[in-house]
Amino acid sequence: MCATCGCADGTRAHDGTWHEHGTAPGPPGHQQGHAGGQTVTLEEKVLARNDALAAQNRDWLRARGILAVNLMSSPGAGKTTLLERTARDLAGELVIGIIEGDQETALDSDRMRAAGCRVVQINTGTGCHLDAVMVRDALAALGPPAGSVVVIENVGNLVCPALFDLGEAHRVVLASVTEGADKPVKYPHMFRSAGLVLVSKTDLLRHLDFDLDRCTADLAKTSPGAAVLPVSARTGDGIGRWYDWLRRRTPAPR
Amino acid sequence: MHELAIAESVVDAITEQLPGATVTCVHLEIGALSGVVPDSIRFCFDLATEGTGLAGARLEITEPPAQCRCRACGAGFQPDSPVVLCPCGSPDVVVLSGEQLKIVSVQVA
Repeated sequence: MCATCGCADGTRAHDGTWHEHGTAPGPPGHQQGHAGGQTVTLEEKVLARNDALAAQNRDWLRARGILAVNLMSSPGAGKTTLLERTARDLAGELVIGIIEGDQETALDSDRMRAAGCRVVQINTGTGCHLDAVMVRDALAALGPPAGSVVVIENVGNLVCPALFDLGEAHRVVLASVTEGADKPVKYPHMFRSAGLVLVSKTDLLRHLDFDLDRCTADLAKTSPGAAVLPVSARTGDGIGRWYDWLRRRTPAPR
Repeated sequence: MHELAIAESVVDAITEQLPGATVTCVHLEIGALSGVVPDSIRFCFDLATEGTGLAGARLEITEPPAQCRCRACGAGFQPDSPVVLCPCGSPDVVVLSGEQLKIVSVQVA
C-alpha cells in the first residue's frame, strides 16, 4: 500500500480515482512514485544543522551574558594585531577570551596568550572557515566567564566565513587600507552581513592611494546596516571608538 | 572553497533524513544572493557523494533570481548584482528571496 496516500497499488486513491505519482509537489517528506523510484520532498535548508547549532551557541552565550563577536577579514588585514592592542588596552576593564581560527599553527594564539587572554586555537586543516560545531566545542574548552567578551577570530578569508553562522551576536569585518578601497564591492556577501566595518592600518594611508571616502561610500551600499570606523592598531588612532563599540555591547555584570 | 563544505552538508542532511536510501537525483535551489556558486557545487558534488548512498546521483540545480523591496521608495525589484541597490539608488532594501540554499527534493531508487 502507498504509505503516503494509502492507495492499494500505488495508482488508485482512497476515493477510487486514478492519480499519478512522481511529479506533484507535496508536504515536507512526502514520498511519491513507486516503480522506477520515488521523489521525496525535503524542502530543507542545506545549512540547517549548522544554523541550529549556531542558535544553541547564541542561547548559551546570551544566558551567560557573554558578548560574542565574529571577526572576519582577508589574511593579513590586522585582526590579531587589533586584538592584541585591544586586550592590552582594556585589561582590567573587559575580560576577553579568544577563539582563534587558522588553517595551521598556533602562532596567533601564542600572541593572544602573551597579550593576557585565554585562548582556544582551532586549526581547520584544509577548511576555509569556522562553523558552529567548531565554535561550540571551542566555547566548552574556553569556558568564558559570565559578562565577558569572546572574539572569534575567523580564518582569514573574505568569501567562505560569510555563509556560516557561529552563534555570534555581531559580525565585525576588517578591511585594511593596504588591500585597496574596492574590497567591499568585490566581496559583497561578506560585507553585507557586517554590523561593523573597521578600516584598519590607517597609519599607512599617507603611503597609499587608498580613497577612504570612496571606500566609505561603497560600504554604505554594501553594508547599509554597518557602522564604519577607521582605526590604526599601531598608533591607536580611532581605536577608542572601537573600544566604545565593544563597551556599549558588553552586557552589564550581573 | 566553501562549496565543498556545502556539498558535504547536502550529503549529511539527506543521509540523516533518509538513512540507507540509494539516492539517484538531488534537486537543490541556490538563490542568486546565497553566496554559493552553482558550478562549484557541481564540481564538488561527485567528490562529496563518493562512498555514500548518493554516489552517482544526478544533480539538478534551480537558480531563482533575487526579489527585493526598497524601504525608501517602496518599489519591488530584482537586483542585477550582489551589491543590492534599488534602481532609485537606495541601499536600504529588504531581501524577500534569493538568499535560499536548500534541498528541494531527492529521488530514491
